[in-house]
Amino acid sequence: MSSFPSRSISLTPPAVPPLEAEVPTRSSTESAVSDTVTRPAEPLPWEPQEPSELAAVGLRKSYSCGRLEIPVLRGVHMHVARGEMLAVVGQSGSGKSTLLHLLGTLDTPDDGQIHFRDRRIDNLTTQQRDALRNRHFGKVFQFYHLLPELTTLENVLLPFMIGESSWRYVRRRSQHVERASEMLRRVGLDHRLKHRPSELSGGEMQRAAIARALVAEPDVLLADEPTGNLDKRTGDEILNVLQQLKETQKLTIVMVTHDQAIAADADRVVQLVEGVIDTA
Amino acid sequence: MYKLLLCWRYLRTRYIALASIISVMLGVATIIVVNSVMAGFTDEMQRRIHGILSDITFESTGLGGFPNADRHMQEIERLAGRWIAGMTPTVHVPAMLNFRVRDHWVTKQVNFVGIDPATYSSVSDFGCYLQHPANRHTLSFELRPGGYDVHDHQAGPDAPERHQMSQAGWPHRRRKARLEKLAAAAGAWSPDPESLPHDPFRAAQDQTDERLPAEDVFDPEVDQHPGVVLGIALASYRGRDGRDRFLALPGDDVRLTFPNAATPPEGISSIFTLVDFYESKMSEYDAGFAFVSIEELQKLRGMVDPATGATFCTSIQIKLRDDADPVAVRDRLRAHFPPELYGIYTWKDKQGPLLAAVRMETAILNVLLFLIITVAGFGILAIFFMIVVEKTRDIGILKALGASGRGIMGIFIGYGLSLGLVGSGVGLAIGLLFVAHINEIADGLGRLTGQPVFDPSIYYFQEIPTTIQPGTICWIVAGAISIAISASIFPARRAARLHPVEALRYE
Repeated sequence: MSSFPSRSISLTPPAVPPLEAEVPTRSSTESAVSDTVTRPAEPLPWEPQEPSELAAVGLRKSYSCGRLEIPVLRGVHMHVARGEMLAVVGQSGSGKSTLLHLLGTLDTPDDGQIHFRDRRIDNLTTQQRDALRNRHFGKVFQFYHLLPELTTLENVLLPFMIGESSWRYVRRRSQHVERASEMLRRVGLDHRLKHRPSELSGGEMQRAAIARALVAEPDVLLADEPTGNLDKRTGDEILNVLQQLKETQKLTIVMVTHDQAIAADADRVVQLVEGVIDTA
Repeated sequence: MYKLLLCWRYLRTRYIALASIISVMLGVATIIVVNSVMAGFTDEMQRRIHGILSDITFESTGLGGFPNADRHMQEIERLAGRWIAGMTPTVHVPAMLNFRVRDHWVTKQVNFVGIDPATYSSVSDFGCYLQHPANRHTLSFELRPGGYDVHDHQAGPDAPERHQMSQAGWPHRRRKARLEKLAAAAGAWSPDPESLPHDPFRAAQDQTDERLPAEDVFDPEVDQHPGVVLGIALASYRGRDGRDRFLALPGDDVRLTFPNAATPPEGISSIFTLVDFYESKMSEYDAGFAFVSIEELQKLRGMVDPATGATFCTSIQIKLRDDADPVAVRDRLRAHFPPELYGIYTWKDKQGPLLAAVRMETAILNVLLFLIITVAGFGILAIFFMIVVEKTRDIGILKALGASGRGIMGIFIGYGLSLGLVGSGVGLAIGLLFVAHINEIADGLGRLTGQPVFDPSIYYFQEIPTTIQPGTICWIVAGAISIAISASIFPARRAARLHPVEALRYE
């Protein structure tokens, strides 16, 4: 009995002090960095070739597991230009998904900022972030995440249903359906409109998820291991679809993957190691 | 829009949740049935009580009554004339009823009421409850030659026939008189219906009674005593099979003993001929009332002033117009007439405790049954928590697509609402169907168990009365739906607060 509390005490000290030690040393540089976004005269930690669509500055995030604080991101700087396809690679647990969630405003960073078109988005109100997610960000997940109760078409229509009031949606429904069908046709699923997700194959589900992410014409597509659950051939098909859409819609894509081969297709690759971007 | 769509889809795909609303459904159905039957009984009882009692009873506190009913009626007319539709004087006295069944005497305690046959029907539904069609039209205390209802005119077509009534009236009286004459001639048993066993006053009575036939010979084959209308339960009983068996029929003679108007009162006894039965289907009244003509009763009790010819009566029955407020009229009259001499009551005052008891029963039953629905509400709560856990990932996706916490909450509250709607809708339909066919169901259950559910020998109704009150049903349905909604609020809030990242995390 007596060994139990002593064990938990012995565990916490090594985990907490490094984090506390890091925070004061970087906080001074960070506040300088965050100012540089609006005043580009100061030196930046990256080289902006063109105006960045989405940028992260000194992102930090840690999850608490009981009394234990587990740092996931330890100051991530990154940016992605408009129309660029950025691949973030890293091993499992390197914080790729967390980074993507932060970029997509699904979560708030403990520290640092996120900018979307020179506008800070990490401190918006819940309502503004809901609207931002709905209009500007599209999301694709590793496990597709289609709603099992809805048909393929209805799943693709979801962003419209969520973004608009019922009245407005019903009035413009035919327009939306047309657009969703067109989107599904582009990903090659126009023969599967009335099918439930359970009746689709993995590749088809992922294509439906892509159609859903892109139907409302977002500016940024955030893809979390989009091919992670698919075989090589299907994965390549999905990537092809993404590439095409990127060309036609001038889409910015941030794709997280652990597969170097897939990352090779991207315009630019950054590596996430132990919660920081490895600039090697 | 996605809220509606998902509600609809969840409703159609989650059968476990539908199972949880079965209890809501059954609760709603039960409440509807119970309320309809209770309301049916109450309405039927009120209708009957109101049919028997006039709107307002104006009565003297003593048995002697008050003199000059006309003067009182004029005064009442002056005070509240514009609300009054009709008035009639009556005399109420307690009395003992005797009649012979085979060769022993039955004695019963009754309320003996003297009524004016011309006006009494204008203040109550008295006429409708009589057994002879002509009496229902105009009451007469003369025995009818026959034609009494064999089939109970107030009951449904399935009610068993009363075959004994086919002989009632003069044929019955004549037959009986002839039989008794024959029997007297044979010396088999005493033919005299007045010969009470062990009657110490018999000798004296025989003298007084025998003097009358000396002047004008009373022949029971052609003559009758003053007419009396008896409550049907005084002279009949209902068997297990629902058939009525009569101990006396119109045409038989009965003896009534009652106090006269003297001080101190003395018992007087007189013979009457039963001319009709009164059947209000309220056992309390049917087993307790005997009606005669008011003039006869006043004469017998000595309620006529020999000097002026002014008559006494013990109460005045007042019928109000439909738009009149009985309580207001009562209070107006109470303010004018001294309460130590006159008691003034509305018909509801007279039956207040009974009606209050029924109301109380209904209220308690409603509370208990709503508790059942509340239990069902906890079932919904538990199942909703499960569904929220099961749908965690879907909630995460919706949030990732930009759905607000409020919207997610809307899905689940909408789901609860639709479950409540479906549950109470189906419950409503079942309840109404049950009420519509309640008598068939009761019969079926009776046949199945061998124990009649609704025993017509206990109740004077042949069938279970029901009344469906739309207002009550609205309350029941609204209550059930709000319980379903409140049970879904907790899980819905939990869903709304779910962190999207937690929800989307892969296992």
